[in-house]
Amino acid sequence: MATGNTTLTSLRTQPLDALARLESEAIHIFREVAGEFDRPVILFSGGKDSTVLLHLAVKAFWPAPVPFPLLHVDTGHNLDEVIRFRDHTVARYGLRLVVANVQDYIDDGRLEERPDGTRNPLQTVPLLDGITSNRFDAVFGGGRRDEERARAKERIFSLRNSFGQWEPRRQRPELWNLYNGRHRAGEHVRVFPLSNWTELDVWRYIKREAIELPSIYFAHRRAVFQRDGMWLTAGPWFGPRPGEPVRELTVRYRTVGDGSCTGAVLSEAATLDEVIAEVSASRLTERGATRADDRLSEAAMEDRKREGYF
Amino acid sequence: MGSTTQDLLRLATAGSVDDGKSTLVGRLLYDTKSVLADTLDAVHRASVDKGLSTPDLSLLVDGLRSEREQGITIDVAYRYFATPKRSFVLADTPGHVQYTRNTVTGASTAQLAVLLVDARKGVLEQTRRHAAVLALLGVPRLVLAVNKIDLVDYDEAGFEVIAKEFTDHATALGYPVGSVLSIPVSALVGDNVVDRSTRTPWYVGPTLLEHLETVPVEPDPHDAPFRFPVQYVIRTNTAEHTDYRGYAGQIAAGTVRPGDEIVVLPSGQRSTVARIDTPTGELAEAEAGRSVTLVLTDEIDVSRGDLIAEVSGAPVAVDEFDATVAWLSDKPLRPGARVLVKHGARTVQAVVPELTSRFDEQRLTTVPAPDSLSLNEIGRVIVRTAEPLPVDDYAVNRRTGAFLVIDAADGSTLAAGLVGAGLQALSANPDDNGGATTATPTAGDLVSPGP
Repeated sequence: MATGNTTLTSLRTQPLDALARLESEAIHIFREVAGEFDRPVILFSGGKDSTVLLHLAVKAFWPAPVPFPLLHVDTGHNLDEVIRFRDHTVARYGLRLVVANVQDYIDDGRLEERPDGTRNPLQTVPLLDGITSNRFDAVFGGGRRDEERARAKERIFSLRNSFGQWEPRRQRPELWNLYNGRHRAGEHVRVFPLSNWTELDVWRYIKREAIELPSIYFAHRRAVFQRDGMWLTAGPWFGPRPGEPVRELTVRYRTVGDGSCTGAVLSEAATLDEVIAEVSASRLTERGATRADDRLSEAAMEDRKREGYF
Repeated sequence: MGSTTQDLLRLATAGSVDDGKSTLVGRLLYDTKSVLADTLDAVHRASVDKGLSTPDLSLLVDGLRSEREQGITIDVAYRYFATPKRSFVLADTPGHVQYTRNTVTGASTAQLAVLLVDARKGVLEQTRRHAAVLALLGVPRLVLAVNKIDLVDYDEAGFEVIAKEFTDHATALGYPVGSVLSIPVSALVGDNVVDRSTRTPWYVGPTLLEHLETVPVEPDPHDAPFRFPVQYVIRTNTAEHTDYRGYAGQIAAGTVRPGDEIVVLPSGQRSTVARIDTPTGELAEAEAGRSVTLVLTDEIDVSRGDLIAEVSGAPVAVDEFDATVAWLSDKPLRPGARVLVKHGARTVQAVVPELTSRFDEQRLTTVPAPDSLSLNEIGRVIVRTAEPLPVDDYAVNRRTGAFLVIDAADGSTLAAGLVGAGLQALSANPDDNGGATTATPTAGDLVSPGP
């Protein structure tokens, strides 16, 4: 009997743990969108969430290539490492990348540079134009519900009107794993396959799957200055003001975003294990620590989502 | 740092207005140290602004601006927390407006639900309705959190009365006694939420978190007959993969192995599983919950929306079936309505020729042949579809027994659909008892859990 049981056990695959369930759910979502929409696109910035998103898409359609292009809304304020990583990743998977440049909009006067020089709030118009001009009907984003309180209430399939706006009171009930992607001409659906993941899940998955990331996520020496409690780096966006001394410190980034308002954190975490240990022990949320644009007001994210931002 | 192989429990919360649900969820997050410093700072600042001396934990979960202004919760919110033992996905469903709509949404994937009552008020009309909806959707386990126990001086007798009344109600709905647990808590003070209270020495059961950490997680139905809705056909032709054709989907029930004989529905064509493909290699076996790609031995016509099932115990594709619907739209359902039905990966046109009965969750009775079903009402209907669907009874399989009712005109989701009776109380024939039938308690007869 004992022998029989052993044989039986060894034939069984591992029961699905929490990460495997999240992976299976995300793959299911990618395949639903591929089956129900005509022109999906994946938002890809080169950041860790969108890199995980792309990895899941690759797994969902293997051995065929991912049947969607990628879209990057480039604020023009990106760290070189991230843009190099973005282009390298796109080439590696043989995908098509559409870039919507905020700089183009500023150059021809469609958008005006803000007095504070930050460009995250300027992304909405190029994003919506990119969606409309390419007639994308489903737009994958790497948003997670644990990031912020407004996101916690957003559906996995989030219907947007023709202005890209989220209307929280008109959300569809989302039942079982049956997603309703019906929309009218001009509307589109934002799709968030990582909705149920936490920051720690993302990092553990990166480790389990050995996913490559831009080097800025790991501790490195960088010349930085402090503003509003964040460690910023000088770049094409702006540099230190008088009274903001530049220091070379060991830092890493927790999110990839516009260089004018995304700060680094002091960290010695140089490996995945060290990052996971740091994230596990961290007492600051990812956005609160490093994103100035979310600090503007209590309802900052909710307002931006209503305007069509992710 | 928790183990990376811990399992996942999906749970939903439900309660009436002012039961303190947001505070309870806030307390769970706060006491499991799932709230980070900056979030907590924001809550402290907002609490001081409101003139409070202690942090208002409900502010941790009330997300939208209008909710904070009105002090109420509007929509289902999802919360995440983990302990070294388990990861949790919590669907926090508001109690007042559109409670059926929200409870159905939150409960459709839940493996356990926490219902709140105020210890001063006991089991209310809404508590009974919520429990009925949870039973209908087949949520396998219930916890009754008797909140604000501090406001009744930790009164044991009062707690016992509420616990018994609720357990009797749940039993009448079909819950086996062992699947329902009542816990005296104070979300505000923290009694028995995470830490055991010294003020309820008469309560010997687990705290809420202890229970959530240790309650058995019902596995996906891997022993059930194999069900695989085809989501997408993967085709490629490369040197490595010549004329590749694989069927992508997530296993809804059962287990599949290479060599298994399968039938494709609704066409009825048969074939054999040649391989179970994943990017990291072929599998010798795959079970419910896993997303895989199946390669068959024969070149047969399979497309998105088809269901691959094992030959023995395959469902029969039907174009008319009996179903229970929870109506979630402002537009009422009337006999003759033309709608779309999404079942698995297939969406078909359908008509609802007949409304059989409406369920009265208060009295656990049915009202025959209603003129309409309105928002938040639950009823039995006949569904006739333009193409046959390989449905299972929801009581047998929560995945392949579920469907969406969609408005063909504007694409909105109108109803949650469950093939068959869903709930015992609804399955009784209204004609047996002059139009009103009371449920008879039968333990152990609840629908099977599912992903």
